[in-house]
Amino acid sequence: MENLIFAVTQIFAPVNLILMVLGGVAGIIVGCLPGLTATMALALLVPFTFTMPAASGLIMLGGLYVGAMFGDAIPAILINTPGTPSAIATTFDGYPLAKKGMAQQALITNAFSSLVGGLIGTIVLLTLSPPLAELGLKFGPPEYFWMAIFGLTIIGTIASDSILKGLIAGALGLLLSTVGISPIGGDVRFTMGLVPLQAGINLMAALIGFFCIPQVLEMVETGAQKHQVIRYVSQKGLLKKTIRELIRKPVLLVRSSLLGVLIGIIPGAGGNIASLVSYNEAVRWSKNPEEFGKGTLDGIVATETANCSVVQGSLIPMLTLGIPGSPAAAVILGALLLHGIQPGRQLYTTFGGITYTFILSFFLAVVFMFFFVALGSRFFAKMISIPYHYLVPGIAFLSVVGSYALRNNLLDMALMLILGYTAYVLRKLGFNPGALVLGLIMGPFAEQGLVQSLLMGKAAGSIPKVLFGRPISLMLIGLSLLSIAWPIYSAWRSRQQHSKITTKEGEIIDAQ
Amino acid sequence: MRSRPLGLLLLAAVLILSAAFPGLAAEKYPNKPITYLITFDPGGQSDIEARRQQPLLEKYLGVPIIITYKTGGGGSVGWSELANSPADGYTIAGNNIPHIILQPIERTNAGYRTEDLEPVAMFQSTPIGLAVLKSSPLTTLEEFIAYAKRNPGAITIAGSGTYSGHHLAYLQLEKLTGAKFTYIPFTGAAPQVTAFLGGHTMAILANSNDLVQHQDRIRVLAFGGLERFPALPDVPTFRELGYDLTASIDRGVCVPRGTDPARIKVLEEAFLAIANDPAIRQQMIDQGFIPLAMGAAEFKQYIAEKTAEYTELLQNLTTR
Repeated sequence: MENLIFAVTQIFAPVNLILMVLGGVAGIIVGCLPGLTATMALALLVPFTFTMPAASGLIMLGGLYVGAMFGDAIPAILINTPGTPSAIATTFDGYPLAKKGMAQQALITNAFSSLVGGLIGTIVLLTLSPPLAELGLKFGPPEYFWMAIFGLTIIGTIASDSILKGLIAGALGLLLSTVGISPIGGDVRFTMGLVPLQAGINLMAALIGFFCIPQVLEMVETGAQKHQVIRYVSQKGLLKKTIRELIRKPVLLVRSSLLGVLIGIIPGAGGNIASLVSYNEAVRWSKNPEEFGKGTLDGIVATETANCSVVQGSLIPMLTLGIPGSPAAAVILGALLLHGIQPGRQLYTTFGGITYTFILSFFLAVVFMFFFVALGSRFFAKMISIPYHYLVPGIAFLSVVGSYALRNNLLDMALMLILGYTAYVLRKLGFNPGALVLGLIMGPFAEQGLVQSLLMGKAAGSIPKVLFGRPISLMLIGLSLLSIAWPIYSAWRSRQQHSKITTKEGEIIDAQ
Repeated sequence: MRSRPLGLLLLAAVLILSAAFPGLAAEKYPNKPITYLITFDPGGQSDIEARRQQPLLEKYLGVPIIITYKTGGGGSVGWSELANSPADGYTIAGNNIPHIILQPIERTNAGYRTEDLEPVAMFQSTPIGLAVLKSSPLTTLEEFIAYAKRNPGAITIAGSGTYSGHHLAYLQLEKLTGAKFTYIPFTGAAPQVTAFLGGHTMAILANSNDLVQHQDRIRVLAFGGLERFPALPDVPTFRELGYDLTASIDRGVCVPRGTDPARIKVLEEAFLAIANDPAIRQQMIDQGFIPLAMGAAEFKQYIAEKTAEYTELLQNLTTR
């Protein structure tokens, strides 16, 4: 209890408030710029925290981590490019909304959803950490494999216009994920003798290629007829109106937040998987699934709540067990160690004051970020009115610099461009870049999980028992089957309704 | 591209001149920022050590130290970058044993050779230990081996990577005991430890710091290394139990081959001064490491010994 009181006095200390704001704003900027990752920015910040008391340093790091999750949706909405992998699914509805002239609503939705996700995530982190960390441990290789399979079924949702093309794109993504040193055998695969390719295809470099380059090329194409995406006039009173609309979706907000926390707990599965899964569930449970992908606020709510609550979720195993749930959490763990703090039980006893300060500071940080992004949305939204002749070279420049800055690797830049042009052609042919990215994300999980499960099964004397005989695995298998069946079912249902209407009108146009 | 011969000529001239007047060059070193390449992700142990050293290095050397990540391929991407960097002492990199020995042996083209990396100093050792969960009925190494002999391949051991320190320790364990286990590789310490703590594997070969961190939940059966591990003094070494297994992961720093020995000396002194700092040593011990302060010559000798040991082990493996 005295720890909590200490924590409250700490987070309201002026110095700490300033550090939180600085960290948060830095996080938003980092999140906005594809190529700058939260992990990298956190690592750069760690040496500066040496000179501060541990609590202040952690507050600043926490602010940065949260800020990045608020910021990454901004380019996703405005220029169809996710600022971090966590915002991939935000592009699905964010950019269509912006094109409709609703960029400001989309940005406010991002701010509000992230706020809700952050608050729910922090409450869970504060109250349920130890039991949830134990639950996370139940996730073994077979579960990772089935999680990847479940993740791949999302292709059905995001490529609903042509399942076949979605599957082809997904398979291509899986293939791309095999480049580099193989995670299990240690062999060098498909590197064509290029040493830097041993590192594999970087997800973020691929994302920049898949999303930015086609966008730039399309702008150049249409540039002859129009000079900007849309002329944006900022509107007043949107903040209240949008939030009032969002509050009417409590189920969506809470479900997406909890999904984010749960996926955050699983080490290795981060914001990208959480927001995609959350998006998928939002489509499935929605009364109007056909609106998704065409610009609905629900799509942004689903992804942004989940990718913000992932932050706190990933800290649960880090604080209770010393196992980082995400790369960014790994850096924060490093900072803790350098301050002489060992995670584990004593984090809640000996270092309780510092730990609770860190956790409680998230409440304040998300509220602050909410106001920053929500009130700033009018100005951010205007970026969409930037004429093409500034926007195109600007995005191209950031793409090139960003893809290099990821790992200081020229090859990443080349790959970004090659993948970008490929994605442009594929998009023209009706393939969905989202499906490709999904393959790239899930590939390593599927491969490692399967091979490790087979090894476990061989040692235990029964491969089927390991792969099919575990409760969480069975649940994931069930979800996958449901996820595969759902688009087929809903297509069938809409055809039924369609034919009902046509028969009523007595016309025979059902030949399609 | 036409200017390249001229550039090369100039470079050669500079090199010859600086070779002719070594005192001139040595006096000035270092006079600009030094890039410290980390070949693993931010937040990893190599990164943590570099961050710990960074402010002190800047104090001793008087120039900024820029930490840059060059990750991938289990470190090979960064080491090949270092091998191809100018040997002027302004690019240094973390040096991990046994990684830099095993990768060039195992891969047809790792992008560098072990001898391309000139050792400067070694500051940390992490003995590899074998552990089971507290709930396991196996309480000693003898019981563990006996169980494996009765049930060949039934004991699953989580490790990090293939042809890595953990994998080699597993191979040595099989060779020395004659028992059969099943090695399950993971892609790093976090997934490896999670899988083990969750009971998905029966045992783990892990770095001492991870074992120290989770000591409440696990039972360490034996440690690599020559002496008992200070943070867990009740755990015997493999050697004490009659198995000559000294596996450890060691961290140091290296420069490209051909770097001026005078400059290596400057770097070596700075790193050793930090390694001998009592506060730094105590921090490392608390976190489950063995602090070391090994100079360049001794480090080179150590790499040569380990190379011979691992080459033999891997050769036996392929002939088996």
